[in-house]
Amino acid sequence: MSVATISRAASGPARVIPGFGLALGYTLLYLGLIVLVPLSAVLLKTATMTWDAFWSVISSERVLASYRLSFGAALIGAVLNVVFGGIVAWVLVRYRFAGKKIVDALVDLPFALPTAVAGIALTALYSSNGWIGRYLEPLGIKVAFTPLGVVVALTFIGLPFVVRTVQPVLEEAERELEEAAASLGANRLQTFAKVIFPTILPALLTGFALSFARATGEYGSVIFIAGNMPMVSEITPLFIVTRLEQYDYAGATAIAVVMLAASFVMLLTINLLQAWTRKRGREEKA
Amino acid sequence: MTAAASTLSISSVPRGELAYAPAATVEPFWVRASLIGIALVFLTLFLFVPLAAVFAEALKKGFDSYLAAIIEPDAWSAIKLTLLTASIAVPLNLVFGVAAAWAIAKFEFRGKSLLLTLIDLPFSVSPVISGLIYVLIFGAQGWFGPWLREHDIKILFAVPGIVLATVFVTFPFVARELIPLMQSQGNEEEEAALVLGASGWRTFWHVTLPNIKWGLLYGVILCNARAMGEFGAVSVVSGHIRGETNTMPLQVEILYNEYNFAAAFAVASLLALLALVTLAIKSFVEWRAQDINLQPIREH
Repeated sequence: MSVATISRAASGPARVIPGFGLALGYTLLYLGLIVLVPLSAVLLKTATMTWDAFWSVISSERVLASYRLSFGAALIGAVLNVVFGGIVAWVLVRYRFAGKKIVDALVDLPFALPTAVAGIALTALYSSNGWIGRYLEPLGIKVAFTPLGVVVALTFIGLPFVVRTVQPVLEEAERELEEAAASLGANRLQTFAKVIFPTILPALLTGFALSFARATGEYGSVIFIAGNMPMVSEITPLFIVTRLEQYDYAGATAIAVVMLAASFVMLLTINLLQAWTRKRGREEKA
Repeated sequence: MTAAASTLSISSVPRGELAYAPAATVEPFWVRASLIGIALVFLTLFLFVPLAAVFAEALKKGFDSYLAAIIEPDAWSAIKLTLLTASIAVPLNLVFGVAAAWAIAKFEFRGKSLLLTLIDLPFSVSPVISGLIYVLIFGAQGWFGPWLREHDIKILFAVPGIVLATVFVTFPFVARELIPLMQSQGNEEEEAALVLGASGWRTFWHVTLPNIKWGLLYGVILCNARAMGEFGAVSVVSGHIRGETNTMPLQVEILYNEYNFAAAFAVASLLALLALVTLAIKSFVEWRAQDINLQPIREH
């Protein structure tokens, strides 16, 4: 009945809309059953391990190598997405060209395309006889079945994030400010550096963080193209799956805790960045 | 655009249209051309070519073998399992999404921002971990493992586990589309209906639902695309039993690992088609939403 008391306390005297107790009660029940109780299993399982056992699992050579690859490749992918995603967002908002509507719609493809499909498609393209791989191979660049392949897959799945966070900010940006800068004698590059870039910076960083966060946990698109060699091209989520397949539940869970802690830090960062983006937006309008 | 700005002739040109913009705020032609060029080359390499490759590889051995690969019994049962899973997961998350949005958008209460963060949580968890949690609960060594074995109930490595993992990974989709939309719409229309004597349910069906239908559709198609395409979480809980616990993405993996590339890409091409249909509906909804000015739909 505590839900009903909150409802009366919170809704104030004139509130006529019904259903608060039912809606919030159902929300909390469903959230608890589907998300919170299952996730707490990870922590409870870890609590059964001794600290030494936990530490030796999460700091073994092979796991450290997998962190380096997962986080390193996610970082490179996110940087690539900031640079090229920023350009794509700019081009889509500011310029007109043939096929723009279709290009705009297809930017979301990595959100909609199942990761396994992306994985086998990228592998087919970048393997030595693939459409792209056959031109890179003579140059001595091997992509499929190397860490470079992991970067390609993680760039693909993170691609929409930067575009979709920067795009609305550019659309809302006041063109009058740029005109003012120009009329005060700034050239286009100065206007970009001093007026436009500061406006879109929070959105660029948010997009970077979202893309990075998504990429660190990615599994489906990577395992096909990575080659999955321990110490070389084995990502952390794959290592968790390997542990599970050997019925080493404790080991799998210990590494999952490390990844969950990392996601939690990224989630906090993203929330702060989004708050900053919104604040920027309000300042612009004020 | 503010009223003051629109009185200036320059500013009344719609955003993004360069035709009449003053030269001082426009990049030189070569800059524009090379930026468009860079963007298109990047998107071609990372989006268009992989998409084209799926269909090219699928049809490599001709249309007959493409068709044969799709109606092959294991592929067919994977298709049916995928449809079944989505048809359970999507309605569950739809009902949840509406309930959560109703509570969060229509009422003020403490802990709201924490609740919003918790609803988004499944998006920030690696798919592999989303599967792992159900192994820890229902697996042989898990919380309910022994009890389930005694009562001969199969959850892990069976259809219920696949459905649960799918529900988990698609949990936030509908809620996160509806919450900002309903927040921006406010409560006035519902309050008017209620004051005029409509019941709560009647108000919901006749006032709220028509207002949120595009946002709802948007959330549902994204939820559905992920439900049908989820790989990591489902792979951990499925057990990969051919013809029984393989969804389409898992079937793609098995065929691919058996070097049966044409068949793998044939099944994959169906999922790629699903992605394209999803994007088409999504663009249509965005276009409709722009028309009736449902701003929050694009902020995503």
